[in-house]
Amino acid sequence: MWQKYSSRLPASCNKQTISEPNRKMIKFFLMVNKQGQTRLSRYYEHVEIHKRTMLEAEVIKNCLSRSREQNEMAVYELIHNFVEVLDRYFSRVSELDVSFPVSPPIHLSFSIMFNLDRVHIILDEMVLNGCIVETNKNRILAPLFVLDKMAES
Amino acid sequence: MSDVVERTLSALPGLLGQHDPGAGPGGGPGRFSATSRLGSLIRSITALSSKHEEEKLIQQEQTNLKATVSAPTTTLRLMKECMVRLIYCEMLGYESSFGYIHAIKLAQQGNLLEKRVGYLAVSLFLHENHELLLLLVNTVVKDLQSTNLVEVCMALTVVSQIFPREMIPAVLPLIEDKLQHSKEIIRRKAVQALYKFYLIAPNQVQHIHDKFRKALCDRDVGVMAASLHIYLQMIKKNASGYKDLTESFVTILKQVVGGKLPIDFNYHSVPAPWLQIQLLRILGLLGKDDPRTSELMYDVLDESLRRAEINHNITYAILFECVQTIYTICPKSDLLEKAAKCIGKFVLSPKINLKYLGLKALTYVIQQDPNLALQHQMTIIECLDHPDPIIKRETLELLYRITNGQNVTVIVQKMLDYLRQSKEEYTIINLTGKIAELTMNAVFSVGGDVMHPDIPNNFLRLLAEGFDDEKEDEQLRLYAVQSYLSLLEEEDTFYPQKFLQVMSWVLGEYSYLTNDGDPEIIITRLHRLLKQTFVTSETKAWIMTAITKMSSRMSCSKTVDKLIQEFSTSLDTCMRQYAFELKHLCENKELMKKLLPLDASCDEIMVDASLSFLDGFVAEGLRCGAAPYKPHHQRQEEKLSQEKGDMSSSGFTGRQSPAGLSLGSDMSGNSAEIGQKETNCLKLDGVRKLWGKEGYLPKKENKTGKEDKTQPVPPDSILMGHVVDPPLMQSEQQVVSLSEEEKEKKQLASTLFVGLGSNSSISLMGRADTINQKLKKKSKISETQNSEEASSFQNIATLPFSPLPDTAPNNKENFQGNEHLGLRKVSLSSSEVLEASVSFDTSQSLREAGLDEKLSNCRLSTSSLFADSNIEVFQPPKTVPDIVARKAPLSLCLPEELAGHPHSEIVELCSCDILTVYSCKVWTDDCSLLVLFVANNSTSPLKTVNLVFETTEHFKIFESLSCHFPVIEAQSMESCQKCVQLEKVCTEGILSGSISYHLDMDTHLEFSLIFSLSDFIRPMKITTEDFGRLWLSFSNDVKQNIKMSPSQGSLSIALNALKQKLKLHIVEIIGNEGIAACQLLPSIPCLLHCRTHARTLALWFRSSCSALPDSLLYQCQKMMEES
Repeated sequence: MWQKYSSRLPASCNKQTISEPNRKMIKFFLMVNKQGQTRLSRYYEHVEIHKRTMLEAEVIKNCLSRSREQNEMAVYELIHNFVEVLDRYFSRVSELDVSFPVSPPIHLSFSIMFNLDRVHIILDEMVLNGCIVETNKNRILAPLFVLDKMAES
Repeated sequence: MSDVVERTLSALPGLLGQHDPGAGPGGGPGRFSATSRLGSLIRSITALSSKHEEEKLIQQEQTNLKATVSAPTTTLRLMKECMVRLIYCEMLGYESSFGYIHAIKLAQQGNLLEKRVGYLAVSLFLHENHELLLLLVNTVVKDLQSTNLVEVCMALTVVSQIFPREMIPAVLPLIEDKLQHSKEIIRRKAVQALYKFYLIAPNQVQHIHDKFRKALCDRDVGVMAASLHIYLQMIKKNASGYKDLTESFVTILKQVVGGKLPIDFNYHSVPAPWLQIQLLRILGLLGKDDPRTSELMYDVLDESLRRAEINHNITYAILFECVQTIYTICPKSDLLEKAAKCIGKFVLSPKINLKYLGLKALTYVIQQDPNLALQHQMTIIECLDHPDPIIKRETLELLYRITNGQNVTVIVQKMLDYLRQSKEEYTIINLTGKIAELTMNAVFSVGGDVMHPDIPNNFLRLLAEGFDDEKEDEQLRLYAVQSYLSLLEEEDTFYPQKFLQVMSWVLGEYSYLTNDGDPEIIITRLHRLLKQTFVTSETKAWIMTAITKMSSRMSCSKTVDKLIQEFSTSLDTCMRQYAFELKHLCENKELMKKLLPLDASCDEIMVDASLSFLDGFVAEGLRCGAAPYKPHHQRQEEKLSQEKGDMSSSGFTGRQSPAGLSLGSDMSGNSAEIGQKETNCLKLDGVRKLWGKEGYLPKKENKTGKEDKTQPVPPDSILMGHVVDPPLMQSEQQVVSLSEEEKEKKQLASTLFVGLGSNSSISLMGRADTINQKLKKKSKISETQNSEEASSFQNIATLPFSPLPDTAPNNKENFQGNEHLGLRKVSLSSSEVLEASVSFDTSQSLREAGLDEKLSNCRLSTSSLFADSNIEVFQPPKTVPDIVARKAPLSLCLPEELAGHPHSEIVELCSCDILTVYSCKVWTDDCSLLVLFVANNSTSPLKTVNLVFETTEHFKIFESLSCHFPVIEAQSMESCQKCVQLEKVCTEGILSGSISYHLDMDTHLEFSLIFSLSDFIRPMKITTEDFGRLWLSFSNDVKQNIKMSPSQGSLSIALNALKQKLKLHIVEIIGNEGIAACQLLPSIPCLLHCRTHARTLALWFRSSCSALPDSLLYQCQKMMEES
């Protein structure tokens, strides 16, 4: 599914499920693999857990429902940036599963899957409250590198 | 048991025998490990094939986890791992609330990474009002005070993600302190936390607004950028409060755009693109409706546009934002022009995402400037057939924005087609996709209940008021009825409420149009709806009204009777009332028919305020148990209390909406509610201007048929055209090669875009003509002229001495030059084809002006002969400067190629015994030529005659300031020509120069001549539409009232005088108003709007050049005084 729409801009929100549509720029962040399985989800507005799966299904199907006042290209590139950051962090390419619409294609699936916590920590540095708060790769990764270092020692 | 499962799971990866990425290189121990428990979980879930299996597996996993997390022996390290697994489970949609408290504990007790995962889990698991969140506050406070920066960071991160509102005071002072921290990351995160507080409790951070300012001025980019989020929100709420910061934002953006940030803020060599976007958004909000503030940002916006040259998506994102900002703030013509160009680039791009962005920008921009849609109409049409459904959808959205009374049928038709074609895809996309089988319902089904309430109103109004064509109306209505009926056939389908309301109104109003539909069946279907639980009482009211309307057209109906019976005992008072009303009406068919006339939804009904005629009815109603009259305020109160009480939002709310639609609900004697005047057409307030005046103008329309009739070009003219004029030939070919398909598209375009571009400030300009018409007209003109030219060219070619064939190549250049240089700038928002035709027209108009001059100075019969044979259409060679013209006969005459142009008399400039210099100004379309004749009066040849002009600030002379004649034979004459351009706008200026020659000794003669502004003014032949468009885009204007002498009489006399003297092109005169256009060479347009009243002529000039209107006004005044 993802690949099918991979050349397209990302879905950004579904107004029906989320109140106060104008407040947040980004309402949730989803990573989904080709089979439609969720690989990471982070909500910037509270959505009840059983509604989330429905929403996600909807989004994956939709990939089309985009809100009016969003600059999708900017969001698209944000995802791109996120992938680049992940790539830099894991600095290792694995073959399976999640393929992002980037060239050259980067496959990060296992790293992402098995390091869910770290991916979340990275994402938290980039997006907070639905706002893009940091896009500088060095700065995004700095806190996590510190944590890793401390954990090793 | 659980142990067994656990072991099995961890063994799974091995069993699956797939590659094990965990073994690869990685960071620390356990990092990237697939052999971890999370890894096994993921692997086994990925391997499953059914949802049921997944549920089972997760349940097992959760039981496991539950046991592990609550075991006292569980280490924090294991706990951390459990948390990640819990996060995974929740992500898949399985609630794991048993782990929440452990997440908080982990955040409390864990060391760094464990603590971070604890915080992470908390922020993922809990929502803002979760009670467990309070347990986190202490941990946060402790960590905020920690000496370990990593812990401070974590605490700040979690605070900016999730924090209980009531506990803000506990941490606020700590966070404020962090604003002064030496590390940028701490300051940045502190600002982010404050942003969170601002979002959830703006009052609590009211007192630290000055600290936000400090953050904005922080030496670190990250901190500054973080503060922008706060500012964006605050400015959204109250832009006027932050105007003083505009310059700061502009400066910041300038620095960012100028590449002043550290290099690691670059993203694909674009400096901090998201920051730029954020700043652009802020600027847009600040500059909106505020010319002074907008003024401050023009420069930086221009720079942003200019700098964004790399071909990368992120650049497009910036450009898109930039364009939006430019169109949001107070307009500036050249920026708009650039933005429009940018949109054009996007829209025309083959890249799907870019095209989408372009369409979106166009959709936005169209609200400001509908003309832009005209420019891209063909692209828009093509996009309608684009294979990508989103592009299509966006196009429809765009069309929706430009819908007016004239094009609505076509647009609705297009939407219909779209939905039919994309039926399958649509069902995939939208769960309620079945609704989409309908045409106009597209809008409703897509938008559903969230759409703006005036959309259905608009639609109904459209349906009710119809268009000019009664037959068309009927078809549309019939179509609506049929489609809705088929929709209702399916039982238990969920439809948005608004949609149901629209359906029921349409059925109630127009179901009589169907021949096949038994009203009984329709009523049955509506009746079924009434019993559905998802139907709100407001919708029920609509349905009841529809049933009432329909039953008035039937003698009796079992269903209606059943319905009355059913709802007479309904608990819903409103429904009960409806039932009673219906019952009484059914008993009195006479009255009912009178009350509910057929298709009268648009008729205004004047209602007797006292409703005396209803007294009897009211009494009867009361006797029969209808609700007694209650005063308005009382009902209002009831309504409020009912709403509060969340009782099934009783009747009164429900009754409000359909009240405007039908009289059925207003029957019960609630006269106060109805007021003095009740119309039973739709509520119109709040309806978009979309349906404004123009929309209902009588159809002007669309002569596209003519377009198709473009005559085939005579073969010989094609042949000749090939030699003569490539640009023209191109346009010709375009005409010729218009395939059927293209024609169709054009036709479609004209129907879609009809009525657009007619919104301009001046009444005169409000005339809607489609560009297409103009286009077609033009192409015809060019065609005929082309053939004329061709033949004249033929004539010329046969003349043995004619220099013209030589100049043909020059002509070519000239034409192109003209097109590129001048008019592209002029007609800023018209299509290129139009440009070409406008440029062509100027030559024509000049001829027109030239004829006015009567060519009185043409002394030579040959030249007048040429003039007659249309030679002036042949563009004059662009002087071919410095080329000494051929030998002229001794009598003074202009070179043939110039003679056809309007020119001044040939006058003596200076002279001595030996030599005389004559001058003549030739006003060609694209330049002012100065032709100088140097006559040798002596009997011996003159050698090295040099003519030199002095440099002036006002004029520019091409190509050089001098002209050199090696030798001038005795008793003969040489000439040279110079193209003069006005460099600095002035009303009059002196051009001086000198001529020197050598005969026995060096002699030096000086001369000077006057050029006035009018020498450089040319008519600009544009249409009223173009005029309107240009008018709006020019910012420099001058107004003046001039007294008219009685002899000047009417406006047209005055304007004609101006036309002759100033070479204006009169665009249109209507009554006492007139518009005219001219251009200052090479291509600065100036527009004139004038109006006469009581012996005064009010002149109003506008131009893109600031000095031009003033000077032109002066010329006008002078001229009016003279005449």
